[in-house]
Amino acid sequence: MVWWIELLWSLLKLVIAFAFIFITALILIWMLRKVMGHMQYRRGPLHHGPHGMWQTVFDAIKLLGKEDIIPTGVDRWTFIWAPIVVFIPTLTIFAFLPFAEKITATNIEISLFFVLAVMGLSILSLLMAGWGSNNKYALLGGLRAAAQMMSYEIPMIISTMGVVLMAGSMNLIEIVRAQNHMWYAVPQIIGFFIFFTASLAEINSTPFDIPEAESEIVAGFNVEYSGFRFAAFFLAEFVNLFIVCALAALLFLGGWQPFTNPVWGTVIFLAKTYVLIFIAMWIRSTFPRFRLDQFMDFGWKVLLPLSLANLFITGVIVLVVDKIRSV
Amino acid sequence: MDNENMFYEEQELVLDDLPKDYMEVNFGPHHPSTHGVFRFIAKVDGEKIISIDPVIGYLHRGIEKMAESRTYNQFKPLVDRLDYTGALNNELCYCLAVEKLMEIEVPERAQAIRVICAELNRIAGHLIFFGAMGLEVGAFTPLLFGFLDRELILNILEMLAGGRLTFNYMTIGGVREDVPDSFRDKLDRFIKNFPVKLKRYKELITGNEIFINRLKNVGILKKEDLFNWGASGPTLRGSGVRFDIRKVEPYSGYEKYDFEIPVGTNGDVLDRYLVRMEEIKQSIRIVEQAANNLPSGDYTAKVPKILKPPEGEIYYRNEGTKGEIGFYIVSKGDKNPYRLKIRTPSFSHINMLSFAASGNYIADAIVILGSFDTVMGSCDR
Repeated sequence: MVWWIELLWSLLKLVIAFAFIFITALILIWMLRKVMGHMQYRRGPLHHGPHGMWQTVFDAIKLLGKEDIIPTGVDRWTFIWAPIVVFIPTLTIFAFLPFAEKITATNIEISLFFVLAVMGLSILSLLMAGWGSNNKYALLGGLRAAAQMMSYEIPMIISTMGVVLMAGSMNLIEIVRAQNHMWYAVPQIIGFFIFFTASLAEINSTPFDIPEAESEIVAGFNVEYSGFRFAAFFLAEFVNLFIVCALAALLFLGGWQPFTNPVWGTVIFLAKTYVLIFIAMWIRSTFPRFRLDQFMDFGWKVLLPLSLANLFITGVIVLVVDKIRSV
Repeated sequence: MDNENMFYEEQELVLDDLPKDYMEVNFGPHHPSTHGVFRFIAKVDGEKIISIDPVIGYLHRGIEKMAESRTYNQFKPLVDRLDYTGALNNELCYCLAVEKLMEIEVPERAQAIRVICAELNRIAGHLIFFGAMGLEVGAFTPLLFGFLDRELILNILEMLAGGRLTFNYMTIGGVREDVPDSFRDKLDRFIKNFPVKLKRYKELITGNEIFINRLKNVGILKKEDLFNWGASGPTLRGSGVRFDIRKVEPYSGYEKYDFEIPVGTNGDVLDRYLVRMEEIKQSIRIVEQAANNLPSGDYTAKVPKILKPPEGEIYYRNEGTKGEIGFYIVSKGDKNPYRLKIRTPSFSHINMLSFAASGNYIADAIVILGSFDTVMGSCDR
């Protein structure tokens, strides 16, 4: 291929990814309002467009049009860069998410490993925001976020290793292909539970929204942000929700299975993702929040041993099955 | 040594005990969970609270002083503004105090209507507590559920009083108007439907594992401490003290109704929560009994237009939604009170916060403050 076609093609992919991310975030914000609204005997937004669909679009425009306030006394560099940094892992992960058999921006042999590694970077922006804001609530929120993400990253990653052992690959596409007989949610039910729980903690969703506990530390790390910088955090939160649900769908619910057709594959993959997103929102509207120490206990004393046990048992079974087959 | 020096010496002693690198965090007066304009300055060591300095007075309106330049009837609407989540209980206490001072006999029908109002308002107040408690532990839905169902009560009270928050319904000698004809139907429907909603609350949050863990063994208060701090109401009963002014010193005909006083065992936040939830059920029982045996007769006693109580003083108390409301009135025989002092439960409870929350996590302090169910209008007056 000529080099400039390749360049154009890469740019086009980037534009598509950006468009997809923003549209997804807008849809998810609208969806959260509707889901929570109906669960709370409200109707949610109604006035702009069918079922208030344009509401989030207008909200986004409003946020982008607001004055950019940088309070005096903030650490300028970290304050300004934190909302930009928050998007880097989010965007990067999108490059490796396969939507269907051939619909993926980049396909590498260790895409799962890469996705998990990049996900860990999102701590950085929250810490930057918490530190740079020069606000005690923000500082507490940033520290809480760092503690939370670090301790939940471990069970989350270990829980995916069971899947990797069963599939024998770290390529997300290979993992989905390996599920053509049975979704891994069935043999890896514990892993699925751990992964989903730890993911909710990873993206600071209820019942793990301790870093932004509005009843304690007002809004946590993003308390000083307004306008488009706040919008960046807000959008990233929803995109991350999409990413972890998409990962769960790929790893445990068979991704685009049973279809291999790209169109139908994408549709069924998105459907599975949105079911998981709905469950996350359901949890969000019915559960109270953990306390920090209880939450740490839950991570280190319940999820981590459970995930290790799950990995060990999976390893033994995979080994035994392999031996039997080779005999 | 004079008092001032002693105060500073004590402060220094406390400061010596503090860890070297603590942080002062200011909560409020505009904070999502300080229940109005309450402010407290917390010294925190990481996530642990070392001490709390409550700062009150942001909602001070000088209601006690205003009483001195108003006639007894003119002052009554201001009483609503104390604890605005249980306005009718305040009114009831004030009216009873003045009636006692003037020795006015209230007709039985008026007494029963007053009891219905007061208990309905108690349920409404506890529903706000329920919602706020949910919000404090991070669940948003209970707040909306609580407020939605409070609406049913406010609709009933609106039929009587015309108002929905500050009613000004009770008058000295009785109530302002008799109950309308459709009142009974609406009340019956409410009594029938409400237990279903209580069950839904239980399913939504009271049985939730995280919720119980957040509340259990948090902010345990012993009986003796509560006596020393002057606690009352559900906060006191949560620690196992069976003290309810409706039973101990029955007023407005409470002795006629059959109801129980729920008490807790552990004295933690969960007990205080459960006591309030149980009180809602008991209040419904009282409302039902009062409505079924509503006596006929006058809805108000014959009282002069201008009230001039004889010289004397009186302290009268009743069981408000948050605890003991008391009115101390000194009369010199004028048409205005010479001095009027209001005892409110929120004031006593807010001062208890530092004692109860020190040594806990920040998240617990918020929950403990919520469990006292303070209203700043009532605290600052």
